[in-house]
Amino acid sequence: MAELTTADIQTDYMAQVRSKRVMNMILLIVFVALMLGGFATANDRNAGGFWNGLPMLLDFPTDVISEAFERAHLLPGYFAKYLPSLTETINIAAASTLLGGILGLLMSLLVTRGLAPVPWMVGPLRRVLDVLRAVPEIVIALVLIFILGGGPVPAMIAIALHTVGALGKLFSEVNENASLKPIEGLESVGAGWIQRMWLGVIPQVAPNYLSYALLRFEINIRASAILGFVGAGGIGYDLRNTMSWGQGKFDEAAAIFLLLFFTIVVVDQTSSYLRNRLTHGSIKGEMHA
Amino acid sequence: MTVMPLQIRSAAHFQRKRLMSFAAPAMILVYFIYIFVSFDIGGLAERANLDNARTLVSDAYSYKTHVTRDNRDGSVDVSIEGERKGRYAEGTGPAWVALGTDTLIDLGDDHVVTFGETQVTYDVPGYGMIVTEPGRSGVNAVFPAGELPDWINASKNRVTISTDAGRLTVTRNRSEVFRYSMGWELFFFTLDSPYHGMEFGRLVGHAFNGEAGAIWSEFWANKMWRHGDVAWALFETVLMAFLGTFGAAMVALPLGFLAAKNFTPLGGLRFAARRVFDFLRGVDGLIWTIVLSRAFGPGPLTGSLAILLTDTGSFGKMFSEALENVDSKQIEGITSTGAKPLQRYRFGVIPQITPVLLSQVLYYLESNTRSATIIGAITGGGIGLLLTQAINTQKDWEEVTYYIVLIILMVMMMDTFSGWLRRKLIKGDEGGH
Repeated sequence: MAELTTADIQTDYMAQVRSKRVMNMILLIVFVALMLGGFATANDRNAGGFWNGLPMLLDFPTDVISEAFERAHLLPGYFAKYLPSLTETINIAAASTLLGGILGLLMSLLVTRGLAPVPWMVGPLRRVLDVLRAVPEIVIALVLIFILGGGPVPAMIAIALHTVGALGKLFSEVNENASLKPIEGLESVGAGWIQRMWLGVIPQVAPNYLSYALLRFEINIRASAILGFVGAGGIGYDLRNTMSWGQGKFDEAAAIFLLLFFTIVVVDQTSSYLRNRLTHGSIKGEMHA
Repeated sequence: MTVMPLQIRSAAHFQRKRLMSFAAPAMILVYFIYIFVSFDIGGLAERANLDNARTLVSDAYSYKTHVTRDNRDGSVDVSIEGERKGRYAEGTGPAWVALGTDTLIDLGDDHVVTFGETQVTYDVPGYGMIVTEPGRSGVNAVFPAGELPDWINASKNRVTISTDAGRLTVTRNRSEVFRYSMGWELFFFTLDSPYHGMEFGRLVGHAFNGEAGAIWSEFWANKMWRHGDVAWALFETVLMAFLGTFGAAMVALPLGFLAAKNFTPLGGLRFAARRVFDFLRGVDGLIWTIVLSRAFGPGPLTGSLAILLTDTGSFGKMFSEALENVDSKQIEGITSTGAKPLQRYRFGVIPQITPVLLSQVLYYLESNTRSATIIGAITGGGIGLLLTQAINTQKDWEEVTYYIVLIILMVMMMDTFSGWLRRKLIKGDEGGH
């Protein structure tokens, strides 16, 4: 076998680098072409074009802001007026997160290999979770609004179903990392399945569960506002009304925008603080432990 | 530390734990009771419309054929779902309708409705012959002796007879029969197409005889199910998700550097970048969608830009966090070879963060497919628009079902695709989630 010289190795290496660069270049070109073509197509199929719309982009926000400024003294009154709807939106999110979290917990235990009481159900139930996760909330909400009438209940059910799918999957991933030793210990003293799960698994995974549930709550607040917009109650519904009545209502729309914005920011910040504490533990607590 | 205080402390600890294990479920229960009252779930039974539910479910897997006689001029019209697009050509109809001076409609199971010159009769087996006579003054109906059963609804101007086989409605101006059948009728070809009702084998034969293109275009342009439009709508939705996600990633990457502590020593700039992210995320997709659709009108571009704006906030935050976690040793190594700043970023930073960023971006691609459906429903674009339109008509539930199935398949395919791409692009991430 011929000795490899440094020169050989270098040419080999350079050839590899070159082919890699060519591949990357091709990928980049394809990607850029896809993006450009995509935007061009989207632009063509839009009702108004991008360049036509761009000058008007700030018209609506300007209208809203100027009206809000003109009648700034009315804003506190509007905040009070729309507080009940905001509460409803938050309640929809909270109730659906709780409901979805509880059902998701149950599902997650049923679909985790090693914990599932009925092993052959793992596969089918996972598909159920996949489907629940794949359905956008709005689909279920719209169908339920037709049957149950408007109001918060269709939104709650729709978001809760989606939450079951999302949290069920995340929880089961957490379960997979749980230590089996406490479960074996409990089994050896004759504990039933529910006792094994409740005393052996839940205490191990509860912080992670809570962290995911909080994250879900953030997402569900947004979803609940959106569903209101299609008629499922809460602040989204008021937002649509104030906007579609148009003339003279933009100050109320501005008040709703502000309420929604602050709610989302406050919930995001609080939950990210709590999640940080849950995953890393508070420094104070660590020192005392 | 002595044993005693330890014991007291652990006892207190247990006490607290025990209290928690009762308090937490109790609080959840109290909250649910509050929700039950404030959402008026008790009154739901009154508000719920079970008839709607029944129509929805039965419509999802069956269709009805309308046979309508105009009582003023005597013309008879047969159509699927009562739509013009599903109308049988003049003088034709399905096998169970015998057209002529008297129209004989066989609803199956010996239920026979006859549209006569002046009379409409319905022979219900086990009950008898119902004779109705629509006229200028209303509808005269003669029923078999005995009390009227509750499936017959008769008044001066309208007689409605609903049986398992179908439904007959007679008013002064119209006599109409519905017959329910299983399946999604006209899914492949509409009635005016030459390929309607052709068996599969003959269709394949025709396709091989050079008619494949014609068959395809007949199917694609189906007026009832609009396969071509639906495919476009699905494509638009995926396009919105694709453009929004990757556009946001491209905008957020440079901004992410600005917001990362180790790359931007200037506190003010960092603060500004972070507040921009918070603002973009806080305003939320719903409001961005509203604002953008006022300027650009409904359509996929509005949806793409709404996703792009919201996700720039999310990505910016995640990217800057990833950037703060990069290993500085690799950058130092690159610097020691005399690399210029741009090369330092290219070879020292990008290779480290690419897997993290890519996996987050691809995860968002799937979730944004769902968002794009929702945004489409609000602004009007993609499959979301078709879905809301179909729901708003409150009768095309088979189309709603069809769209829902397509949406689920679309999201699942995007999920699979992004998972596949993630594994392909990020080697050594097989075990990762």
